[in-house]
Amino acid sequence: MSEFLHMGGYGAYVWPAYLLSAAVLAFMTISAWSAYRKHKRLLHNLEGENQQVGKR
Amino acid sequence: MFNLANPHFFMRYSSPLVTWSGSLAALLLAVGLVWGLVFAPPDYQMGDTVRIMFVHVPSAWMAMAAYTFMASASLASFVWRHSLADVAARAAAPIGLGFNFLALVTGALWGQPMWGTFWVWDARLTSFLVLFFFYIGYIALWEAIEDPHKAGRAAAILAIVGFINVPIIKFSVDWWNTLHQPASLIKMGAPSVHWTILTPLLIMVAAYTVLFVALLLMRMRTEVFIRQIHRLQISVAAGKAG
Repeated sequence: MSEFLHMGGYGAYVWPAYLLSAAVLAFMTISAWSAYRKHKRLLHNLEGENQQVGKR
Repeated sequence: MFNLANPHFFMRYSSPLVTWSGSLAALLLAVGLVWGLVFAPPDYQMGDTVRIMFVHVPSAWMAMAAYTFMASASLASFVWRHSLADVAARAAAPIGLGFNFLALVTGALWGQPMWGTFWVWDARLTSFLVLFFFYIGYIALWEAIEDPHKAGRAAAILAIVGFINVPIIKFSVDWWNTLHQPASLIKMGAPSVHWTILTPLLIMVAAYTVLFVALLLMRMRTEVFIRQIHRLQISVAAGKAG
């Protein structure tokens, strides 16, 4: 296990590369998903409001 | 008023596509990560830093692919005036920017132990940094210009003009004397990488590509929602005023 972390002496370079990649990919995914859900909900609410306004 | 051509076809088919590509990306990432970190052998020259290739090459590849997509969509928006092309280009940009950033940083993390420097102003690295600035400029244009129609046109011009950089990046290692190594995958003749390292590399490239597709479609759907929201807000306000 410690050999795995050590990465032949290059651990200080390999692991930050992987951790940063994971962080950026996760951030892109989460930000895309949460914006999607937020606007989907907004649109749904607005469509409801629009129908009510149209009926007046 | 911004008139969105009927996106119903796109909205209907993109929904399952997002789910499928997202799941496939997760699977490919899991396989690629385990294979690259655990099973792939250390390189006889580079040692374990070769594992950085498994995250560096896919992100660099995707940064260029995303820009190519962006430039193509921008051209399509000019030629056919289809507003989904606009939406597609805009959606791709932040994803490409993220990949570009990762390529630069993971490359630096490889460069320090291997070359003794985090950065060098050689043709490959410099042109890749230029690509990064083009991404930022593109996104900034969309944000800076209020009228979405005008913003789209200005951003499209920037994307198309900046595309010249992509072949420059690709051939930079051939045309100039660079520190970055020459092409070993896409070149005349077969790839010059052993299959034990090539396989996890290709799996990771596939993973990043499929992830790009999933994120792109999700962002495009969001952008379509935003435009529909704007139209509805106007409609609701008009209804209340009338």
